[in-house]
This record gives sequence, C-alpha cells and structure tokens, in this order.
Amino acid sequence: MRNAAKKIYITLIFIFLYAPIVTLIVLSFNASKSRAKWGGFTLKWYQNLFKNQDILNALWNTLLIAFLSAFIATVIGTIACIAIQSMKKRNRTILIGITNIPMLNAEIVTGISLMLLFIVLGMNFGFLTILLAHITFNIPYVILSIMPRMKQLNPSTYEAALDLGASHMKAFFSVTFPDILPGILSGFLMAFTMSLDDFIITHFTKGPGIDTLSTKIYTEVKKGIKPEMYALSTLIFLTVLVLLILVNRSPKEKDV
Amino acid sequence: MNKKMLSLPYLFWCAAFILIPLFMVVYYGITDKTGAFTLENICAIATAEHSKALWISILLSLISTLICLLLAYPLAMILAHMNVNQHSFVVLIFILPMWMNFLLRTMAWQTLLEKSGVINSVLEFLHLPALNIINTPSAIILGMVYNFLPFMVLPIYNSLTKIDPNVINAAKDLGANGFDTFIRVTLPLSVPGIISGITMVFVPALTTFVISTLLGGSKILLIGNVIEQEFTQTGNWHLGSGLSIVLMIFILFNMILSAIFDKDGEGNTL
Repeated sequence: MRNAAKKIYITLIFIFLYAPIVTLIVLSFNASKSRAKWGGFTLKWYQNLFKNQDILNALWNTLLIAFLSAFIATVIGTIACIAIQSMKKRNRTILIGITNIPMLNAEIVTGISLMLLFIVLGMNFGFLTILLAHITFNIPYVILSIMPRMKQLNPSTYEAALDLGASHMKAFFSVTFPDILPGILSGFLMAFTMSLDDFIITHFTKGPGIDTLSTKIYTEVKKGIKPEMYALSTLIFLTVLVLLILVNRSPKEKDV
Repeated sequence: MNKKMLSLPYLFWCAAFILIPLFMVVYYGITDKTGAFTLENICAIATAEHSKALWISILLSLISTLICLLLAYPLAMILAHMNVNQHSFVVLIFILPMWMNFLLRTMAWQTLLEKSGVINSVLEFLHLPALNIINTPSAIILGMVYNFLPFMVLPIYNSLTKIDPNVINAAKDLGANGFDTFIRVTLPLSVPGIISGITMVFVPALTTFVISTLLGGSKILLIGNVIEQEFTQTGNWHLGSGLSIVLMIFILFNMILSAIFDKDGEGNTL
C-alpha cells in the first residue's frame, strides 16, 4: 500500500516535470501552426528547419558560446582552484565568497551589472559581451565541482614528483591533473548546460544583431513561435537523451 | 611565489566582472543623471506602483518556495530510500529537462493550461470542473514551481543520502517510532539541504521577469519586470539600479541565512 502511494507520487511528479517536454515534442509534429490545435501529423517543420538560416545561426551562436565559455571557464576555474588551495584560510574564505556571488545573486542583477560595465567600457554589444558574461557565471560551477576533488588530494604525491625531478608543470599534469580530471569534466558539462539554457544574462548583454536560441524564442513569443523551433528543441533533447543513456549504460563508475 | 602568480588571472577576473559591475549598480543606484548623490532611486520602491510589484513578487515567491518544499521533501525521501545505487541517475532526471530551452518549456504550459487546452480536455473527460488559471497569479506560481522544483529536490536529496543509516537505526533501537525518528533525527539532519533549497528557489522566483511575462499575460508586473523595463525600454538605468539595490538587500539577507545554517556548504549540489 505504502509502496503504491510512493510510486503514484513519483509518477505524478514525473508527469509534472515532463508534460511540457512531451507537449513540445507533439507540437513539433503538428501540421497546424497554432499551438492550440492539432492539425494532423507532419514532418514539414523538420525539413523547413534546415532551410531556416535565422534559426541555424542562432543555434550556431548558442553552441559556440556554450562551448567557448565552458572551455575558458574550465581553464580559469582549474587554475583558480590550484591557487585557492594554496591560500591561507582567511583569503580562501573571502575568495570563495566572491566566487559564489554570480551563483547566489539574482540573474537579473548579474545581467544588468555586466550590462552597465560594458556600457561604461564603451564595448560593442555582441558576441564578445555575451561570451564574457557567460564565462563569468560559468566559473563558479567549475570551481564548485573541482574543489572537493582538490581537497581529497594528497599533497605528498605532488611533492614526491618534484623531488623526483619533475618540473611544476610536469608534476601538475602527470600527478594532480589525472586526479581532478573527473571534477574538471563534470564542471565543464555543468557550465556548458548552464550556458546553453541561459536567457536572462544573455538578454542584457547581447546586441541587436546577434541572437542565441533563447533570445530568439523570447522575441518570437509575442508573434507566435515558429514550429521549426519545436522541431529543433526536440532534436536537441533526443540527442542528449540518447547520449546520456549510452554513457549511463557503460559499466564504468563515475561520480558527479 | 609560483602559486601566488597562479591566482592573479582569477583575481583579475573577479574584480573586473564580479566586483566592479556590482559596484556600478550601487553607484548608478545612488546617483541621478547629473552624477549627484541621491536616495531617490532607492526610495522609489515606496511608490504605489513599485511597492505593489515588490509585494506581489514576495508573496508569489514565498508561496512557490513553500509549495516546492512540500512537494520536494517527500520526493527526496522516496528517492533517497529507493537504493538507487546510481546517484547520478537521480540528478540526471532533474537536469535533463534543462536541455530543452526553459522559455519553450514554460510556453508549453500555455498550451496545457489554455481554456480548451490539454488539461481541461482531460478534466472534461473525467467530468471534473475546468481549470481556468492561465494569465492569473496561480499560473505564475505554477511556472515558478515547475522551473525551480529541481533546485529544491537536489539539495534535500543530497543531505538525506548523507545521513548515516546507523543513526536512524540507533533511534529506532532506543524506542523511537517512525514519526519520532523523522522529527528528531532525519528532519534536523536535513536542515542544511532545506535551507540551501529555499535559497535556490526563493531568489530566482523573487527576481524572475520571464515567467510572469509568459504565463501572467503581461497584466501582472513583478519587480523583475519593472527593473527589466527600466533597462531595456525606459532606459532609466539609475531607477533600475536603485530598485536592484532593494532586491539585493533581500538576496543578501537570504545568503546570510544560508551561510548560518549551512556552514560547510554541504547542501550545495550543483
């Protein structure tokens, strides 16, 4: 009885979480352009998608910004972790406090603060400003996933490498790096996901000539969303789903 | 020496892209167009229009946070007891929806909630009264709960899985029944997760402008909408910054609260 209640509860929550996703997938096959009516099954939006240069451009921008910002944030974050680890406790606490600001602060405040900065610096709003903003809010996620690994490290192994004649560089890449690699990878993935799904900060730091998928969707909201968008997000979602299932089926144990 | 140098790029980044921008919000917030000091922009929160927006935002975000907590706690307990040896699997289920753009997911609720939408068709089929909440505060609450529920579930789930089962067994050995064990052992030990969950839901819910735009039918203005309009439409950055300072006071209060209850940051999941 209790088990049945638990199962029903979990099922309801899952329906709640995944109902909009199912809706979007269904809409991507809907021949009617209206969100509210079912006009029969079609694949036409999928064909049109690959001819729609606007959407493809936005997709390219989104992916490029997500990849670059996650990559740069991972590099800066990894170096920062090494530096933070060797700091005195007081400085470390302060720096970690500052690191957490973009994560705990409201996105709208982060967005407008960066917008003001770029205005004062006289920068052109466009690809670069979005990229800088994304790197900034990605770094905390990277640091947060590397730090726990860093703390578990045994400093003697690194010193042993130095004693055996390795340079700092060599010691890092052959001793420390392999140990913190899982943290680096999950930090990168987290940053990539966050960047991909971001709207608010992009909204404030983008210029008129450039769009990511999020900002494009937002401008389309009032006019009505093009069904090609549903097709595209269905493709993205299914790709990720398949990738995740494949990764999860491999027996290797990984920890997040 | 070498390691000190390593911290320089990051220190520079923090200063340039975190601290200076925040300082600029404060600067704009306490000056007027001529650059003279003024508290007018901050006091503007007291005008009828702005205080109403702030009040609705606080109310809706508190209700959403409470609903998230009530939904998430039992869920987290069930998940923690399921003996899913794949911790990552649970996280995955809640992260996965993020790969579908959150604007589209929120938009999809319009389709579901509409007068002749999916939910009402189902209700009609079951001979239940129709649900007319689209473009009302209830729809905004639903959107907030939908979007932020994962941020409540994951920290609570994490803090529950960290509880040593022996502690629970000890309580039972000492004669506590299930209810007592929950109130006196499980619940107190999961407080860091709860607090971290509350922070992670309350702040984005308080400051959102997207959910109210998409589901509130542009009739209901939250404080986030007001600030967004000041920056992107009206162009009064000083007023927008002043109102942001008021928001930051709430956020700061929230951060202090979470720092007190969650010293080791163990509720942090992401």
